[in-house]
Amino acid sequence: MTNSASKPTAASPVLPQITDHSRIGIFQGLWPFAIGIILAALMYAILPNAIGQYYSRIVIDIGIAMIMAVSLNIVNGLTGQFSIGHAGFMTLGGYAAGMITYYGSLLLWDSQAKHGGFLGAGDWMFVASCLVGGLVAAAAGYLVGLPSLRLRGDYLAIVTLGFGEILRVVLQNTGKVLEDSAALRSAKWSQLIPPPVGGALGFDAIPKYTNLFWVYVFLTFTVVIAYRLKQSSLGRAMISVREDEIASQAMGVNVARYKVLAFVLAAFFAGIAGGLFAHESGLNISPNDAGFQRSFDYVIMTVLGGRGSITGVMLAAMILTALPEVLRDFEQYRLIVFALLLIIMMLVRPQGLFGIKEIWQIWPGTGRRTAS
Amino acid sequence: MHSRKLAFGNLMKLLRSFAVTGCGLVLVVLAIGGCNKTATDSNEILIGHYASLTGSQATFGNATDTAVHMAVEEINAAGGINGKKMRLITYDDKGDKREAGTTVTRLITKDKVVAVLGEVASGLSLAAAPICQENGVPMLSPSSTNPKVTKVGDMIFRCCFIDPFQGAVCARFAVEHPKLKAKTAAILYDQSAPYSVGLQEEFEKAFVKLKGEIVLKQTYQEGDQDFSAQLTAIRGSKPDVIFIPGYYTEVGSIAVQARKLGIETPMLGGDGWESPKLGEVAGKAFNGCYYSNHYSSQDPNPRIQDFIKKYKAKYNETPEAMAALGYDATYILAEAIKRAKSLSGKDIAAEIAKTKDFDGVTGKITIDADRNAVKAAVMLEMKDGVATYVSTIQPGM
Repeated sequence: MTNSASKPTAASPVLPQITDHSRIGIFQGLWPFAIGIILAALMYAILPNAIGQYYSRIVIDIGIAMIMAVSLNIVNGLTGQFSIGHAGFMTLGGYAAGMITYYGSLLLWDSQAKHGGFLGAGDWMFVASCLVGGLVAAAAGYLVGLPSLRLRGDYLAIVTLGFGEILRVVLQNTGKVLEDSAALRSAKWSQLIPPPVGGALGFDAIPKYTNLFWVYVFLTFTVVIAYRLKQSSLGRAMISVREDEIASQAMGVNVARYKVLAFVLAAFFAGIAGGLFAHESGLNISPNDAGFQRSFDYVIMTVLGGRGSITGVMLAAMILTALPEVLRDFEQYRLIVFALLLIIMMLVRPQGLFGIKEIWQIWPGTGRRTAS
Repeated sequence: MHSRKLAFGNLMKLLRSFAVTGCGLVLVVLAIGGCNKTATDSNEILIGHYASLTGSQATFGNATDTAVHMAVEEINAAGGINGKKMRLITYDDKGDKREAGTTVTRLITKDKVVAVLGEVASGLSLAAAPICQENGVPMLSPSSTNPKVTKVGDMIFRCCFIDPFQGAVCARFAVEHPKLKAKTAAILYDQSAPYSVGLQEEFEKAFVKLKGEIVLKQTYQEGDQDFSAQLTAIRGSKPDVIFIPGYYTEVGSIAVQARKLGIETPMLGGDGWESPKLGEVAGKAFNGCYYSNHYSSQDPNPRIQDFIKKYKAKYNETPEAMAALGYDATYILAEAIKRAKSLSGKDIAAEIAKTKDFDGVTGKITIDADRNAVKAAVMLEMKDGVATYVSTIQPGM
């Protein structure tokens, strides 16, 4: 019986009990989604009449910016990579979604106009197109994520920047939009490859389905999934990659897998945001949207919000989208004031608005709850 | 049990985050709603203008806006419109479509303007036009030349010629002008600018129709600095004329580099060349080059010289074509409002559509059934950095 002391069972009672975070499955507990959908429906019903078209439009823009910022936060904040090509995924998703609704409407209903009212057939085609846009973007995210196996830091940033710029030039070389269903039915293959999405002028005439309801429904899904991801073992692994790649590899974390996963997930939500963007009225998605200027808007949101703080980047997205409109009274000085405010904010809170914490962790009175 | 409790705790947090962001949202909305209350005076007629006052095309936007301001001041000094003063609200759209859409929404739904002026860039006009159309507010673009813009609907007008006309004018000029007599042409265009892409297509169509041949097509991107690769290829193809429908920013460098490479072929361009900067950048490199434009500041017509004198006195610079178009657009709109039965969008649009032989700075303007302006174009020749008048080409050729 000399070997009984070395039996592993002897040590087990002393081990601390491990909470299995991965059991909080992504689809367990659907009620946050239900609340989000109800809130979105209320916004859709009340806001346009209560605050007018102009403010509703800003609220829509804020919602889309939030989806972009929260999704980019998965890569830049949680996993600690530096992607500056996020608008590229958005634009790709937007073009894919726009093609489905525009050419789908032409084929099914012989007109590109909106079809059906709220929750009508056209609306469901729009939702499906946004999801397909998300999938297309996710596939691109996988491709862009692959080099991250070998690259880190600035070099990865250049790859993502290159992705956006390549996409911009490719989209500039696409063909003319086919005007009606007759042109579409009689189109030759040479007109369909490269896809007829308008070239440099942008993809106009996409039916304008985006409204408050759908933006905030998609935002709910993005935020809840991002939050649960952050709390799950997947998210913890991503955070460990951010904090120290070598140490997390030594702990058995498959670093490459989590980096690629972060890219794919972020790109998926960006693609959805792109679908919403392309279908917003008063907007024609165009190749320039894939360029780095728009990407930088979202990078600023994640930096300002704090690394990995979902509520932080949401607040930052809200501020940065609404601020240029609030500052309209300053006329031509508004962009100077805007830039000054950014500098001041970064000087006062270099770690971002909430740092790595969520809003309830720094809310007065709640004290420190959990570190993330 | 433990896991359930944890899940519940997390969800409570999530719920709280919803509540907090919701409150934040309401606060932001209230903040924007609180400021900038526009007092609506029944003795005023509100006109909106959206333009790129900042951003990469700010020179065009600012030139248009100063001229629009000048026109409004003149109209008010002359007694306004039927006894009412015109009031102009200008918003900057940064050259960004998203902002163009937002500013036009603001002009129409919050400031409640009776009509909208803008934009210079066709891409931005196309983005904002559907909002005007939907709300039944007439929009008059001073200088968007892409044919698609006015096809948005019956509320959208323009007071400049369109790309097919400008392309045809350039092609005809290349073939017929005694100094050119071109049989072959090369095209170098800006692939990232819808304006440039559209114009080169129309030039090619018209040039081929006139039995010319396009020997080579090359492209560049906005912001490019080095054009030697494209220019070397063009030199090899030996065209009679090079058509460069770009903006003045790149065209200047192209001309300098072409002359350095020993290319003496005349160059031809569109109204994107129009800028006092063009002469400064390239100077003598442009000798023997021509471009089509909306008006010539050397035209002796008293209406034009009067406008230039007033503009110079006020802003101390020679107005470029965008300014002249902005000025004309404001007057066309003011006269339409004057004639209209009421200030409703429908009545004003009906009157803009009836504009006939309006004697503007940029020529006699008639709005046709497609809501485009029918008017002449002028060809200018660059001589030591100064654009000199060559000829006027009438519509309906």
